[in-house]
Amino acid sequence: MKHCIDIKDFTVDEINELIATAEDIIENPVKYAHTCNGKKMATLFYEPSTRTRLSFEAAMYELGGVVLGFSEAASSSVSKGESVADTVRTVACYADIIVMRHPKEGAPLVASMKAGIPVINAGDGGHNHPTQTLTDLLTIKREKGGFSGLTIGICGDLKFGRTVHSLINAMSRYPDVSFVLISPEELCIPDYVKEETLIPKNIPFIETTSLDDAMPYLDILYMTRVQRERFFNEADYLRLKDTYILTPDKLKNAKPDLSIMHPLPRVNEISVAVDDDPRACYFRQVRYGKFIRMALILRLLEISV
Amino acid sequence: MIIGKIEDGIVLDHITAGRGMEIYRTLHLDELDCSVAMITNADSVKMGRKDIIKIGRVIDINLDVLGFIDPGITVNIIRGGKLYKRERLTLPKSLKGVLKCKNPRCITTVEPELVSEFRLSEVDSRTYRCIYCEALAQLP
Ligand SMILES: [Zn+2]
Repeated sequence: MKHCIDIKDFTVDEINELIATAEDIIENPVKYAHTCNGKKMATLFYEPSTRTRLSFEAAMYELGGVVLGFSEAASSSVSKGESVADTVRTVACYADIIVMRHPKEGAPLVASMKAGIPVINAGDGGHNHPTQTLTDLLTIKREKGGFSGLTIGICGDLKFGRTVHSLINAMSRYPDVSFVLISPEELCIPDYVKEETLIPKNIPFIETTSLDDAMPYLDILYMTRVQRERFFNEADYLRLKDTYILTPDKLKNAKPDLSIMHPLPRVNEISVAVDDDPRACYFRQVRYGKFIRMALILRLLEISV
Repeated sequence: MIIGKIEDGIVLDHITAGRGMEIYRTLHLDELDCSVAMITNADSVKMGRKDIIKIGRVIDINLDVLGFIDPGITVNIIRGGKLYKRERLTLPKSLKGVLKCKNPRCITTVEPELVSEFRLSEVDSRTYRCIYCEALAQLP
């Protein structure tokens, strides 16, 4: 039985297959409208994440399935201290597939070992968030037509942002990709990403503190949040926060076919004035998130169309 | 220094000097009711210095744990005053239920009934990671 716990559980071929299914869903939504009739998805959200939950729910409804579950631990029996293993064994009596968000790292893996039905990790405490990475990959495929030959700029918090590490890992499996890693020194990419992924795979990358310098070379600009709590002191935060805010002015030197991505929600790192620029694709990215989740649900339920 | 010869027991030889106490603690040798001798900084032709542990009874030893801490150790099982068996260690692929994960965000810290498990992720550097959160293994 296949689960989706870590993006590394999927081979490049399997990812390409998911993307192909998602693209077919985009072209022929009617063909998929009843593929999950009679199937139930349980969304077990031990911490609230409304966006991710809505995306999964919308995905399941569009496939003709139904959704049950809870959206925070306080409103369920799990607040009485029930173990993840017991909860998923119970839920598996009612549902065909589980989507789990949990503040503790590894909880969805525990669920996958005990449930007996497919489990999707919808985020485990900043550890893994594979459907975000799948969303990013489908977005790149749709916006750029493919993965090879791209220069990908990633800007903001590259130290703590695990979705960034996982995107680098996933993209490094495609040929002729290079990275420009843009961040304040305090939030630069951790050594292990360089030592375990970039250097052994001979992937060209540049680290810089200047978004302006990097801009003209980028095919993709992936913006992330720079959070106040990541800084040791308020002065550093105030000094740096505006440097990494994307404005129409900063886009003057950008390529005409740049794709601007962001995992959302944003705080202020992309000015709303950028939203109407056709190069801004972060709201399309949200839509792609639903389609790739539809493809994933079909795959894990072993429903072929 | 003289430590009596054992009739039946185990001699852990060629322990990297300084690691003896770690092994003593990890194997819970303090909980045994038989005699246990620890020799530190003994002369060794092969290693210069080494630690040795002698246990006065044949007990079950988790060889995976020993292999994880110090794969160069030789395990000599003594019966009737004679060498009965010599075990060489290998790096275990996985370690179950021995080490606790030290990552406070790991699911194993809030669900104590979960069996901890660390898997070998890189042979050269002998790196083990928690299967749940991928944190590096640390000795107790
Ligand atoms: Zn752990």
